[in-house]
Formats: sequence, structure tokens, C-alpha cells
Amino acid sequence: MSTLILRTASNYLLPVLLVFSIFILLRGHYLPGGGFVGGLIAAIAFVLHAFANGLDDTKNLLRFHPGFLMPVGLALAFFSGLSPIFVDQAFMTGLWFPEPFPVIGNVGSALFFDIGVYLVVIGVTLTIIFTISESA
Amino acid sequence: MTQQLILYPLLLQLLLAILLMFFWKRIGAQRVISILGSIVHLGVSIGVFAYIWNNGTQTVQAGSWEAPFGITFIADTFAITMVLLTSIAGLAVSIFSAGSVISDRLRFGYFPIFHFLLLGLTGAFLTGDIFNLYVWFEIIIISSFVLITIGGEKAQLEGAVKYFTLNFLASMIFLTAIAVLYGLTGSLNMADLANKVAAVENRALVEITAILFLIGFGIKSAVFPLYFWLPASYHTPPSAVSAIFGGLLTKVGVYALIRVFTLIFVEDVFLDQILLVLAIFTLFSGALGALVQNNIRKVFSYLIICHIGYMIIGLGMFTEVAIAGAIFYLVHDILVKTNLFMVSGLIYRIKGSNSLRALGGFYAQYPKLSLLMFIPLFSLVGIPPLSGFWPKISLITASFDTGSYWSLAAIIFASFITLVVIAKLWAEVFWKDAQEIPVKPKFRYYHKIKKIKRIQIIVPIVFLSMVTLYVGFGAEHIQTLAARIASELIDNQLYIDAVLNTQISE
Repeated sequence: MSTLILRTASNYLLPVLLVFSIFILLRGHYLPGGGFVGGLIAAIAFVLHAFANGLDDTKNLLRFHPGFLMPVGLALAFFSGLSPIFVDQAFMTGLWFPEPFPVIGNVGSALFFDIGVYLVVIGVTLTIIFTISESA
Repeated sequence: MTQQLILYPLLLQLLLAILLMFFWKRIGAQRVISILGSIVHLGVSIGVFAYIWNNGTQTVQAGSWEAPFGITFIADTFAITMVLLTSIAGLAVSIFSAGSVISDRLRFGYFPIFHFLLLGLTGAFLTGDIFNLYVWFEIIIISSFVLITIGGEKAQLEGAVKYFTLNFLASMIFLTAIAVLYGLTGSLNMADLANKVAAVENRALVEITAILFLIGFGIKSAVFPLYFWLPASYHTPPSAVSAIFGGLLTKVGVYALIRVFTLIFVEDVFLDQILLVLAIFTLFSGALGALVQNNIRKVFSYLIICHIGYMIIGLGMFTEVAIAGAIFYLVHDILVKTNLFMVSGLIYRIKGSNSLRALGGFYAQYPKLSLLMFIPLFSLVGIPPLSGFWPKISLITASFDTGSYWSLAAIIFASFITLVVIAKLWAEVFWKDAQEIPVKPKFRYYHKIKKIKRIQIIVPIVFLSMVTLYVGFGAEHIQTLAARIASELIDNQLYIDAVLNTQISE
């Protein structure tokens, strides 16, 4: 599917979709959204890029194997769940910074858990799709 | 930080799995991490076990949400004993995998998935929330699908399809049962459920829900008549995988059955009768199935089914002595079944065959190894003073006490058939004259592999045999443990109080 229109559009859509996915990720705490949906949108951005420019281009763009995001995301989620233990709270208790940050809002351990989910979803989805399209 | 103590075995297993994923391509590093991590895990489990033994049941409310609403983790003596057994079997199989599983299989993430499986098992034992139990079951079966298909041989995939279908069905039934239970009571916390289910007026619906749980867990623990997926699939993957499956996967179903039927659905004569009948049929069908098989691993698969009957029969009789017997049998069975599948793996590695007819002359060629293998084989039969003997005394005493002579007959019949099966196996594999087995040119025979690999294959068998010998000769300790677990299970108010009256850690 190497049409000029799709290729040009995908170059612009990739950053837009990625920013949108991060917006969805951050929005998820009180409104519909979150790490899972955000991760899927980010994965779609790369899949679209792969459709337009070929798999090898996308892999060059990524520089590392997307599967690597899985342990990174899992580790992030794991340590965000673990962090309350160090201040004598039960596992997975939400810890929050007292003051909200500008733009982002309140930041707590739940956000890092969600970022972990975001990374795992990107990693899993891209690994599956890349593997299938390689063998097809 | 000590309040969270019971979560450490769980968290350590998750940490190991994540760490191993970072070393996805480096199998050598994975072997080292898995073995060292399992040793640390065993140490942690022993520490937590000692703590629970001295201080009684401990709970953690995840996320600091109070008990009936949040997810509770609870370690009573039963749960922590199972965690300890998981980590003993996990260590043995981890070492055995490093030595016996070929690197073509290890490259596809064998070790990370193996530790995810152990994570699921540990979680299932520690959780106090019935929906959370379902989630741990899902982690267990997803990991086990990967382990059973890794390598992708034709026979493996065929076994995996049967395994997948039946276990998936079991999960659906389990989930339906949870949904009905939630509709009836509005709660998922097991301790809370225990109180609320007793107060439900619609007893017929409670009974049906209990039957749904029985079917769901029954498929997973391979109880008659839902066992046929087990012998169809357990002989296909590498023996390291069969070892962890045979040792622990069906036992987690038994654990769930014991937990649910001593805590939530109690004092129900009808259910106890069903459990007894199922157990008797399981004992008969498993024993008879084992008699006619030729493949060693299929023999062991049928013996797994047969011996599940001992645990269910103890639950069905529902006296303190009977449950103590069932728990003792559970402890013995996890160690011995794990070991037996590793033994079958060792035999396969040496001779290149698992067929009873083709094998022979083992004792003449490998007298020391044969003596080593004697321990798990005859512990399984229960020749006194080896470990299988002691729980049967409790079970037989209990069946006299409750006057259920059919159970008595089934227990004795199954023990006798197990003796016949193992004696036949011993005669065929060890005493018969050596047979001509065609040499496979590409097969990595035991005498061809490096010395370190041989050690990695032998050490776990020796380790588990030593633990089994301890269970046999130190039966007094295990009996004390089983009796304490049984009294905690019968008097379930302790469990309920521990969950619902705990102070949230501030």
C-alpha cells in the first residue's frame, strides 16, 4: 500500500496520534481513557506508519525491538505498586505528591502504574503485529 | 514492612519473571537467574512459613481498601504450606529445566513464562478473594498454554488443543459460578461470602452454585468424569514441564476445592455425598487406566488422576482426621509427582524411549540411579515408612469412623493397584533384560551431554527424594502440620475473623 497520499499523511499522523495517545493516558485518571487505550492508540500510530512505509522503515524509526517495552512497562508497574511498601503502607496503595504539577495535574503512583500498562500494551501489540506481518 | 511479609513470595516471583524478560535472548543468564532466584524464593518461603507458624494467620489488604471491598491476601497455615511446596517444586524444576530442556525451546521465553506460572500458583494460594482467584487461575492457564506448546511438535499441539479446550471450559464455568454467587450475596471476598452464603434463603440456588464450582475446579483437578484431558496432554511437553504440571497444576484445583468447600459451602450433606462418589470413581478409573498404559509418562498421568481421589475422598468425609489425611497426601503427592516426571525425563534422556516394553536392564547398567529412582517410585506406593503410607492411615481411620465402607474399599483398591502398576514398571524398566533400542542419531543422550548438565538433571531428583524421605521418616512433623491445617479448615471462623477484623496498616 505505497500510495503517496497515505505515505504523506502517515508522516503527519504519527506524531499527532502519539501525542493524542499520551493525552488519553493522562486523561484516564478521572475520565474514560488510561494506559490500555492510550497504548493501543500509540500502537496504531506505528502500525499505520508500517502500512504506508513498510515494516523495515518503522523498525528503523523505533530503533529497538518493541518487545523490549514489555519488561520495561512491567517493571515500572511493579515498582509503582511496590513503592508504598517502603513507607509502611499496604502493597498497591496510591501515594500522591501533595501539590499538583502544572499542566499534568496530581501525580501519584497510580500514574506510573498506568504508564507501565501503556508501555506493555504498545510492546505486546507491536510484537504481535510485527511478527504476523513478517511471516505473512 | 513486616506486615507485608506474606506478599514477598508473590512479589519475588513477579520480580524474577520481569528480570528474566530483560534477558530474553541470553539463555545462559536466564538459567543462572532462574536457579538463584528460586533458591532465594525457597529461603523467603521458609522464612514466611516460620513466621506464620509462630504468629498465626496474617492478612494484607491490597491498596489499603478495607476487607469486604478490596482484595485481601491471606496466609493461613494451609496457604503458606502450599506456597512453600510450590517453591520447593519450583526450585527442583528450575534446575532440571536448565539441564534437560534444549535451548531451541528455552529461546522462546521458557524461563520467564515458567516464573509467571509459579507467580500464578503463589497468587492463587495466597488470595482471599474469589474473583482474584479466578484471575490467578487465568495467569496459570495462559502460562501453561505457552509451556505446553513451546517447541511446536505435532503431538504437543494435539495435546495442547485438548488441554486448552477443557481448561477454558472450566474457567467459563468457574466464572459463571462467581457471577451467580455475586448475584446472590453481592460480595466476592471469601470470608465475607462465608457469612453471607449461610444467610441466603434460596438454598437450591446455593446448591447449584456449589455444583458449578465443583465442576469448574473438578475439570482443573482432573476428577472423574472430567479427567480425560490430562492423560491426553501431559505426556507431550518436555518432562520438566510435565513435572511442574503434574506436581502443581492439578493440586491448585484441589486446593481451590478444599478452600471453597470448607469455607463457603459447608455443612452440606448432599455435596459431601457427591464428593465421596466422585472420589471413589476417580480412584477406580485412574488406577485401572494406569494398569493398561505402556508409556511411562501416561502411567504417571493416570496415577495423578487416581491419587487426586485420595484428597477428594478426605474432603468428602469432612472430619478433622480425614481432612488431615487429605492435606498430608497433598504434601506427599506434590513432591513425589514432580519427582516422578523428572525421573521419566531422566530415563528418556538415558535411553531415548519412554515405552515400558522397549526399556529394560536399567538396574544392571545404572544401579546407583536405580536406587535413587526407587525412593519416589515406592514412596508413591506408600511402602512403610515411606511418605505415601502415613496419610492413608488417617484416611482409612476416618472412613471407619464415618462408616463409609465404599471409601475404605476404594482407598485399599487404589493402593493395591498402584503397587501393581509400580511393581510392573519396576520389573519392566529395571529388572527385565536390556532391549535393543534403535539409536537416534540427533538425540542428545545422557552420556553425550556435558557434566554440568548431568548434574543439573540429577541434583533436583536427589533434592526432592531427600524431601520425600523427610516426609516419610519425619511423618510426625508433617502430621502435626496437617492436623493444624485441618483444625483451621474445620473451624473456619478463625479465617473469617482474620480477614474481617484486621486493622488496616496505617
